[in-house]
Amino acid sequence: MENFTPWSALAGGALIGLSAGLLMLANGRVAGISGIIGGLLGPAANERLWRVAFLVGLLAGPVAAMALGVQRTPRIDASWPVLIAAGLLVGFGSLLGGGCTSGHGVCGMARLSPRSMVATGTFMAAGMAIVFVARHVVEG
Amino acid sequence: MQTIVALIAGLLFGIGLTLGQMVDPAKVLAFLDIGAIPAGGWDPSLAFVMGGAVLVNAPFFWFVHGRGRPLAAPRLVLPANNSVDRRLLSGALLFGAGWGLGGYCPGPAIAGLTFGAMETFAFVAAMLAGMAAYKLTLERR
Repeated sequence: MENFTPWSALAGGALIGLSAGLLMLANGRVAGISGIIGGLLGPAANERLWRVAFLVGLLAGPVAAMALGVQRTPRIDASWPVLIAAGLLVGFGSLLGGGCTSGHGVCGMARLSPRSMVATGTFMAAGMAIVFVARHVVEG
Repeated sequence: MQTIVALIAGLLFGIGLTLGQMVDPAKVLAFLDIGAIPAGGWDPSLAFVMGGAVLVNAPFFWFVHGRGRPLAAPRLVLPANNSVDRRLLSGALLFGAGWGLGGYCPGPAIAGLTFGAMETFAFVAAMLAGMAAYKLTLERR
């Protein structure tokens, strides 16, 4: 195992869980980012405010984290064509499948949804397969 | 109240993603890279992020589920579809493929915009286009 950071991972995860927990407890909503964004891409005008508020908070999160001394630098190695393809697949797939790592993973699994457990297992396997081919087959 | 809660929830989510390094595609891909296990290069951190999240989230969900309604809104809004159908499977496969290609999924990508990398903007633009494409084609009305 390399670069394994169990404590910051658990702490970060706990904050994500707290976020989702509060959104469900107070607002009765699933903290599924693909669904929160997807709900903005449509005509339902009265649903917009809380979604925008959540996304504004999400954008501010890293700024707050850095102000608290958490230094992070994204390392993006994929080429632009690959990133575009990746984005298209993630966008289309998350709405088609009814969720993503937050909706199906964090929220769906917490409520023991069989649908979400299948979804999570499926996208984990797909992601692992793609990385395996890209790193251990194609590149030799 | 709901708006304030959503803002705070988003903020906590973004801080959590940053603390857990999920805003770093290389960190995510290091988890998905199970082929690195023999060489000792696998990083299970993402599983700990998700595990921590599920463990903390669960009590909140089950409490409000038992209560029947949320504290600041009229009703719980949960997914109505409970079936494991072709849409779920194909959607998850496509999503997972994209995730493995870029190391980004919606939450970390949005939060990651703050770091200012043009690549992140490119991913998010493509993601929004993919979502729009779904809405214009396969979405059930």
